[in-house]
Amino acid sequence: MSVAESDTNIPQQALGDVLLQVKGLKKHFPITDGILVKRAVAHVKAVDGISFEVRKGETLGLVGESGCGKSTTGRCILQLDQPTEGEIIYDGVDLSTISRAELNRMRERIQVIFQDPFSSLNPRMKIGDIIAEPMHVHGIEPDAAKRRARVSELLTVCGLNPRFADRYPHEMSGGQRQRVGIARALSMRPEFIICDEAVSALDVSIQAQVINLLEDLREQFNLTYLFIAHDLSVVRHLCHRVAVMYLGKIVELAESDELFDNPMHPYTQALLSAVPVPDPDVEAAREHQVVKGEIPSPINPPPGCVFHTRCPKAVASCQTDVPSLRELRPGHWVACTEA
Amino acid sequence: MTALLQIQDLKTQFSTSSGTVKAVDGVTYDVEEGETVAVVGESGCGKSVTALSIMRLVAEPAGKIVGGKILFQDINLLDLDIEEMRNIRGKDIAMVFQEPMTSLNPVLTIGMQLMETLQQHLDVDETAAQARAVELLGLVGISDAERRLAQYPHNLSGGMRQRVMIAMALSCEPKLIIADEPTTALDVTIQAQILELMKDLTRRLGVALIIITHNLGVVARYANRVNVMYAGKIIERGNAREIYHNPKHPYTLGLLRSVPRLDQPRGERLVPIVGHPPDLTRLDGGCAFRPRCTFAVDRCAREIPPLVDVDGGHLSACWEHENVGLNVRKAS
Ligand SMILES: Nc1ncnc2c1ncn2[C@@H]1O[C@H](COP(=O)(O)OP(=O)(O)OP(=O)(O)O)[C@@H](O)[C@H]1O
Ligand SMILES: Nc1ncnc2c1ncn2[C@@H]1O[C@H](COP(=O)(O)OP(=O)(O)O)[C@@H](O)[C@H]1O
Ligand code: SF4
Ligand code: SF4
Ligand SMILES: [Mg+2]
Ligand SMILES: [Mg+2]
Repeated sequence: MSVAESDTNIPQQALGDVLLQVKGLKKHFPITDGILVKRAVAHVKAVDGISFEVRKGETLGLVGESGCGKSTTGRCILQLDQPTEGEIIYDGVDLSTISRAELNRMRERIQVIFQDPFSSLNPRMKIGDIIAEPMHVHGIEPDAAKRRARVSELLTVCGLNPRFADRYPHEMSGGQRQRVGIARALSMRPEFIICDEAVSALDVSIQAQVINLLEDLREQFNLTYLFIAHDLSVVRHLCHRVAVMYLGKIVELAESDELFDNPMHPYTQALLSAVPVPDPDVEAAREHQVVKGEIPSPINPPPGCVFHTRCPKAVASCQTDVPSLRELRPGHWVACTEA
Repeated sequence: MTALLQIQDLKTQFSTSSGTVKAVDGVTYDVEEGETVAVVGESGCGKSVTALSIMRLVAEPAGKIVGGKILFQDINLLDLDIEEMRNIRGKDIAMVFQEPMTSLNPVLTIGMQLMETLQQHLDVDETAAQARAVELLGLVGISDAERRLAQYPHNLSGGMRQRVMIAMALSCEPKLIIADEPTTALDVTIQAQILELMKDLTRRLGVALIIITHNLGVVARYANRVNVMYAGKIIERGNAREIYHNPKHPYTLGLLRSVPRLDQPRGERLVPIVGHPPDLTRLDGGCAFRPRCTFAVDRCAREIPPLVDVDGGHLSACWEHENVGLNVRKAS
């Protein structure tokens, strides 16, 4: 039962070169017991057999409630977490099989932007040094004057005054710090950026500035994004395709318009219904089906369909049968037997 | 009949190393009995400090209420001594915070905390308090109440903790609940559960609610009247439909255009508000929104616009309010 069919079904894309393939990825964190001899007494099944592809120039959204495994997926792709099972294939290369040196070179091509701009920036470093650090570490730009010029250029690209190079993180607003995080990621001239809740902590007016910046940069530098977020309105706005995760599994995956116009998985439907729209008339006319209960523990996920404990459409077989991810319409994959 | 709560020209300031922060700078609004009023605005605009001022919980000595009145049932809360205020807090006015973990005591069980509030304000013995605690948890949708009472806050999920906070807020049958970002830290499905619960309970029990949030969607779904705050002031007020379909302040207009919406076509570029909110130690004698405002005229630099009625109960603090609002598309 643990080897679900979904491990082998890879949603294929007809067009474009595939940049990243995630195949049957699992990440189980051991929960240990014992003081001298650590032994695993259980496992947190943070990611439990997911597969997807990202094409060049595409933005793939990864949504779901907190704890469903989004960040862990990102960390596995970056090889910051060692996958328990499965493959991460980047530009045709299986990242688990290459040497440290090769992996380091790969890391120049893949960058990440985190949620909390404050905790991810060293408070004692000046902004200019923070942005220049990756170039320095990777020996990209050994010449100090050229590095400074590049920092000015990056600040400008990200809508910040080059004079900010001499400031410290605490002297900047949240939105400005997030731009510094983006400038730093761009310093390596990456082709692929993982944005993990990159705009989630920002106020709406600033969030809109950063969203527009991400869109502009995507176009200007032909970037590919994996956009991890829990805000569905933002994800719909930015992403070409979207994967919905629940308890370590992908439950639905489709083109953005298709997913939001025609959600087929009961969990996706519940998520969409929960998002309030800023218009009292629309809200008054909408049906609100509030999904009951809370997300179960990933240590002991429910058998059968992981969503069955909260699903309004569940039938008896949902408690035992693991639904596989099936392509119900072209490019639209759903893991629900009743869809 | 006068309103349950009347805040009049409230001013709260903090002295910091970089100067005096005018966190709340002349705020006036009413809450009627049983009504849900929203306060929206971005981080740092003074929403929480307004709420803490009502509760007289502003951090002293740095913070100080320097002017205005807060009339609750016609009594000015600012005139009460500490003991009198303690009797009102929790009993007549209760508060629900964004992060329940910081407002729940981590070393006491849920039951002990609930019963403490009950016994502090009501003349009940332990058995009665325990029974009421079980009843309250049932009211907020926590099923196995007896088991939960013996648990500690860290044993509960964020959503459960927020339910407990609401149970505590309701425990003494208050007339007013102030909920400061009650769902901001929660997932959207849990947010929907908690908001439905609060809406249902406040209606059923006739409790007035001030809901503080930065989420425009939450306001649209749950509030009757809306106050929009910017830089320590209320800059627009009206019923929710008016505010969303016919905003009369450039800041409100800007907020509405900044958010992507699920009910509108995809792919349109967002229109952000340029720049960032002002430093509240450095406000001048003009409109605080001026550096970010596309409608600004000369007068805006010289005179602070007062909050005035521009259309039968719809208030705006903008010299150019007549030119604002036409280009917000109404949803079909
Ligand atoms: N203890 C304090 N000392 C100094 N300044 C303070 C203090 N508490 C709040 N302020 C300042 O008062 C202003 C208003 O803060 P407040 O907490 O009311 O914002 P808010 O609108 O609730 O924002 P958020 O949405 O981030 O909760 C801010 O500029 C803040 O920095
Ligand atoms: N290093 C770790 N050790 C143990 N459990 C972890 C670790 N990292 C994440 N988890 C658990 O894995 C699950 C998924 O976490 P995460 O990927 O961070 O979720 P998301 O980003 O979707 O909110 C959660 O239950 C989390 O507590
Ligand atoms: S498989 Fe069953 S429980 Fe799972 S989502 Fe579909 S109907 Fe619901
Ligand atoms: S008063 Fe002037 S600066 Fe202020 S919001 Fe109105 S037009 Fe803009
Ligand atoms: Mg995460
Ligand atoms: Mg606040």
